Amino acid sequence: MTRLIVKQAGPMMSVQDRGRSGLLQMGVSGCGPMDVTAMRIANRLVGNDEGDALIEFAHVGGQFEVSEPVLLAVTGGAVSVTIDGTPVATWESYRLDPGQTLRIGALTNAVWGYLALSGGIRTEPVLGARSTHLRSAIGGLEGRRLSAGDVLPLGATQETALAAPRKILRKPLSRSAGPIRVIEGPQAGHFDEAAWQQFLRGPFTVSASRDRMAQMLDGPKITAAAGHDVVSDGTVMGSIQVPASGRPIVLMAERQTSGGYAKIATVASVDLPRLAQALTGCQIRFKRVSRDHAEDLWIAHTRALDEVLTSLDHGAGATMSEGGMP
Amino acid sequence: MTVPDHAHLTYPRIAASGDRAVVVELSDQICDETNRRVVALAAALDADPIDGIVETVPTYRSLLVCYDPLIVRGRDLSIRLLERLSTIRIDAAGSRRLVVPVLYGGDAGMDLSELAEMKDMSVRDLVALHGSADYRVHMIGFAPGFAYLGGLPEKLHTPRLPAPRQRIEASVIGIGGKQASINSVPGPSGWRFIGRTPIRVFDPARKDPFLLRAGDHVRFRAIEADEAAALDAAVADGAPPIEWEEA
Repeated sequence: MTRLIVKQAGPMMSVQDRGRSGLLQMGVSGCGPMDVTAMRIANRLVGNDEGDALIEFAHVGGQFEVSEPVLLAVTGGAVSVTIDGTPVATWESYRLDPGQTLRIGALTNAVWGYLALSGGIRTEPVLGARSTHLRSAIGGLEGRRLSAGDVLPLGATQETALAAPRKILRKPLSRSAGPIRVIEGPQAGHFDEAAWQQFLRGPFTVSASRDRMAQMLDGPKITAAAGHDVVSDGTVMGSIQVPASGRPIVLMAERQTSGGYAKIATVASVDLPRLAQALTGCQIRFKRVSRDHAEDLWIAHTRALDEVLTSLDHGAGATMSEGGMP
Repeated sequence: MTVPDHAHLTYPRIAASGDRAVVVELSDQICDETNRRVVALAAALDADPIDGIVETVPTYRSLLVCYDPLIVRGRDLSIRLLERLSTIRIDAAGSRRLVVPVLYGGDAGMDLSELAEMKDMSVRDLVALHGSADYRVHMIGFAPGFAYLGGLPEKLHTPRLPAPRQRIEASVIGIGGKQASINSVPGPSGWRFIGRTPIRVFDPARKDPFLLRAGDHVRFRAIEADEAAALDAAVADGAPPIEWEEA
């Protein structure tokens, strides 16, 4: 069995795959990656299925070794990556041999990074997935963050895969700098016109209070004239709830399945990775769009990404720019 | 001041919850009848799915329906959900009731005596009252397998603690506001706790990890220390007797 040895780990590193499906009704968070686009690309660069388990890290990577030759790719944002001290590029696949050390530094323009390894991480699935849910301590490696000394099983890498041409995303993902698009939420009507104007005018600062579960935003206080508390109902990734503090909270990948705060809006799926990757301290604004429009954006994005992923498999390399999308 | 639109809402209504989910709201209040319709709608969609639905999440008074917009658009799905809602029938037959053995008091039931004092009852009467009620699972949420139980006798309604305790173990029996609970995983909680059950409502290693689902009934049965010890041993062996009755 091929093994990945974690020699050094950043403070927030966990095993994630596509996430859990079908168990929200049992109170089980969907989990999965914070930036699903970067995760899918990382996996496909090393020839994996796009939902295979890989390593997700916040801010800082770590040092790794392997017991057998594998392919690796690092995605998510700009970060220094070296193999035995030689710099290698992100958004490309490389071979890593036993005895070599892979070092991943600190992300400079993003928050969440991904390290995919050929064969995928093969920890025991829990409730149908390998994703770590930190709060309920399930999945991944013992349901916890990774740390130095951890050893993770990997699937087999075929000799032919190692010999094949390297895969390269020709133009690293660039994300637009425009406002984060939102759709009116289930309790949009709890907020009067003045509150909506404040919400859309912003700006909001991405707070350091953030984790895989939620992202807090600092900015104008948003008041729900019809009340901040509601009878608990279901949440999605991107639900923007506003508790009595008036400070919006965006629910993210590891959110609880239900919540009792008024949800003013929901982040458009196409902009979720961009919000997840927004640096702490940066300013964002929201723009209201219709549900139909947000669906159109998501459908276009999904098709464009599928084309990019397919082209990676055909050795041509590929370019990807979310900024250029409608 | 502008009157929020909220004041004019009529039910049922279907609201967007982003571009990959809609929420079917049947009311803005907690009530058994509404919750039965929510559970019935979820069951109807399970039995006869609409293409493009990924999963559903029943809660007190609404059903979250997650969908894939590449297969069905939210606008069309909403129309079909309203149609479906008009055809569902609430069928009380076939409900099941989980009998939960409880060792009241002890370390896990840290609030039992204080609660009895607060209610001006004997501990014995409090236990009898808690064990006399028929509870219904309104929803599963907050944590894996955590059941929100309606049906707590009014005399036992108790406000939550001003500051939550940092760690409450799984399988501890609680009271929070108007609701009863069986803790499913360890974690912080501001509820009051009166005992523990040897059985686990959630065990990810078990073939069926979840004992309860929305719509199930629950009742509590007081047990003594010797029976609790025997049940603890059976749970440790992986073969606990799980007692169901017809509700």
